Amino acid sequence: MIMLMLTDPFMQRALIAALLVGVTAPVVGTYLVQRKLSLLGDGIGHVALTGVALGWLVGAGMGLTPNDALAIPGAVVAAVVGSVLIEVVRRRGRTSGDLALAIMFYGGIAGGVLLIGIAGGSSGNLMQYLFGSISTVSDADLWLTVVLSLVVLTVGVGLRHALFAVSHDEDFATASGLPVWALNVVVAVVSALTVTVAMRVVGLLLVSALMIVPVAIAQQVTHAFGRTMLTASVVGVVVCVTGLSITYWYNVSPGATIVVLAIGVYAVVSMLAPLLGRRRPVHDPHPDLPDDVDLPAAATERAAAAAKECR
Amino acid sequence: MTDTRRVTEPSEPVIEARGLHFRAGASHILRGIDLTVEHGEVVALLGANGSGKSTLVKSLVGINTPSEGSVRLLGEPLGAGGRGSRVDWSRIGYVPQRSGAGGGIPSTAQEVVASGLLHGRRLRLPRGWRQQVAVALEQVGLADRVHDPVHLLSGGQQQRILIARALVREPDLLVLDEPVAGVDMASQEAFAATMKRLVDGGLTVLVVLHELGELEPLVTRAVVLRHGKVVHDGAPPPARHDHDRAGHRHQHPHADDNALDAESRALDLEVRP
Repeated sequence: MIMLMLTDPFMQRALIAALLVGVTAPVVGTYLVQRKLSLLGDGIGHVALTGVALGWLVGAGMGLTPNDALAIPGAVVAAVVGSVLIEVVRRRGRTSGDLALAIMFYGGIAGGVLLIGIAGGSSGNLMQYLFGSISTVSDADLWLTVVLSLVVLTVGVGLRHALFAVSHDEDFATASGLPVWALNVVVAVVSALTVTVAMRVVGLLLVSALMIVPVAIAQQVTHAFGRTMLTASVVGVVVCVTGLSITYWYNVSPGATIVVLAIGVYAVVSMLAPLLGRRRPVHDPHPDLPDDVDLPAAATERAAAAAKECR
Repeated sequence: MTDTRRVTEPSEPVIEARGLHFRAGASHILRGIDLTVEHGEVVALLGANGSGKSTLVKSLVGINTPSEGSVRLLGEPLGAGGRGSRVDWSRIGYVPQRSGAGGGIPSTAQEVVASGLLHGRRLRLPRGWRQQVAVALEQVGLADRVHDPVHLLSGGQQQRILIARALVREPDLLVLDEPVAGVDMASQEAFAATMKRLVDGGLTVLVVLHELGELEPLVTRAVVLRHGKVVHDGAPPPARHDHDRAGHRHQHPHADDNALDAESRALDLEVRP
């Protein structure tokens, strides 16, 4: 039965796309969670919708068939512009990042619906972008996904130490002469590319879930940045491929299945994590150092006794 | 750019600030500061809370862009935000005042200290970085905590992680913003010993302090700020007489340090001689 699924060319393309998105989205999501910008992916997703409609409008104007041929390039451009704009606003510090994101949310959806109408389509045409349409992935789509994923992975993994340094402590990075502004723009652009890559798999409304939920799961089981990123990617691949496979046999939305599955894993792991933690041997975290004060003799004895108890 | 850049001329100041002003909105925080630090000096920057010490230090390392005036680091002018400047960042280490820095993902001592190895155009860790990180953690007495998540360490231990992050690149100039606030006496002594060894090796230091404490024997000059101006630049001033000098060693805990403040203040009554 699994062989049947793997020999289906539609399914092959879909599985490869899901695999790539599963690896890529959590890598970028790790940086977003690190910067406390978990909702950035949502903001970019909304703006990408305007890009989809814009691509549609331009495509219709040029008489291209199919008339959504420029939808994905449009989404890529709009997402990159939008994410860089957010970074500019954040740097200026005039508007809080939170407020800028909110304005992007509304502007993106409203712009998309407005433009698709002007292009002669209906908001129904936007549904496949909002909720994903992985089963309609064409060879050209797949190649674009492969290339963009490789770009995102190369940057996200190759520059991980520098991107970590900037995300962890921007002041220190500045005082180290690192190109902080450039690195921030890199994170923004890479996030935008990830959103457009994941758009076909889970849809713009659920893109952010693929970036953030695997990171939330990884955080339950690890306390290191590098391991969080690695674990999140593994989780991302497992839920994407499993979720998509389920939809081969049951006629449900792949995007929604993947996200619900991820949140289910999160719930199970957060219940199990405390049990796993308990297996580690209890150790004494206190250093055995003298105090800054001279203790009376009785207290010194009690300190010695306490140290003995901990050993 | 030639190799001679690596060696600062002994005559050339390590830090040179001229007519530095910094305004944040309506508040005029630095009001015309001139400060020179020469090679091999250990300069203490003193002053009450809110006198502009941290703002000055941040302006000197490129975090704050001064409203007026200029800064030269190791002989090179500091550009806006540090971009495009030819300052050799590999020779400068900065230790911020303990902050809530750190993002939404826990990271280990090793990861945080390793980020100190990146500077200027170096965006990837050099070979043998694990060894360098281990040495830096050893210097602050936290070698055994290399894989511990930083957010689970105590406040004083986190402060020492920040010191290790600045030391790991083996700087020629160390700029420290209250490095020993909230650090226990044994660690302060260890820190002073490490500093002494580095200063003997030619390290130049600018350090923001509330009182000289364990670093007193090392400090060659003190600069005192008041209302954003330098009011004293010369020999370290004696502490006020109500701070009984001979046995006085306590660090004033910050109000926001932790809930144990009241208790530790009570213990200050029997500070050892």
